[in-house]
Amino acid sequence: MAEEKSNALQQREPAVAEGVERTRSGKVFSPPVDIWETDEAIVLAADMPGVDAESVEVSLEDGVLTIRGAVRPHGPEGADLAYAEYDPGDYVRRFSISEEIDQDRIEARIAGGVLRLTLPKAQPTRRKIEVKAE
Amino acid sequence: MLNWLDSSWYGNPWRQLRQMQRRMDRLFGEFFRPLAPAFPPVNVYTDDEGAVITAELPGVEAEDLDVTVAGQTVTIRGERKADQPGQDVRWHRQERRFGSFHRQVEVPFGIDPDAVEADYRRGVLEVRLRRAESERPKRVPVRG
Repeated sequence: MAEEKSNALQQREPAVAEGVERTRSGKVFSPPVDIWETDEAIVLAADMPGVDAESVEVSLEDGVLTIRGAVRPHGPEGADLAYAEYDPGDYVRRFSISEEIDQDRIEARIAGGVLRLTLPKAQPTRRKIEVKAE
Repeated sequence: MLNWLDSSWYGNPWRQLRQMQRRMDRLFGEFFRPLAPAFPPVNVYTDDEGAVITAELPGVEAEDLDVTVAGQTVTIRGERKADQPGQDVRWHRQERRFGSFHRQVEVPFGIDPDAVEADYRRGVLEVRLRRAESERPKRVPVRG
């Protein structure tokens, strides 16, 4: 048990490297998320301590939602890390979204290191296709 | 110069700190949350003036955080409130943890209680501790 606890920083999930190209050195973690769905929208909350509005990036492309966050160095400059339970690193996580999303109405906010995304579902466009008889 | 961090013949104080932390975590862990890692995770940085403790605490209001200092010990208490999305929602993922937390970190020096600064930014709490005046190294003039 003690070992598990002292290794808490290793319990963070390393992000899957697949298709992610690194342009910065350092570690990348997969942030813990809550995702829930209402009739109108899909809502996502991700814990990304150390990230703010300038360092977060959200994209939705071909049904794949990607969230990224870059972390500034923690701790004072020139100080030694004497004891560590976590490992500051960047965040990346991808989700495939099967619902049609109204891309123009996506809302993203970040406060206190928590990213909140609201992805409104697109109004179902029911188009009846007329079949002509020849 | 003999640094208190590597005063090897007294034993490494940080190793002692780690061991104590483990004992405390074990003690509390067995009673309350056998499998959960200690929350919030903390890092301790040291420099000539003292130490800085950082804790990853996303999504907490500064007014819900309580930092107290006594002797060599810093206590961080607070509550992480859950989102209230309503009843008619369908959950896809629930990975974030909520609730009240309580952590104590002991540092190997007496803390100046009047010089403690705590900042909460971007979901990270940073507590700066300075060594008590009485424990700062003083140069002793050598008479010849």
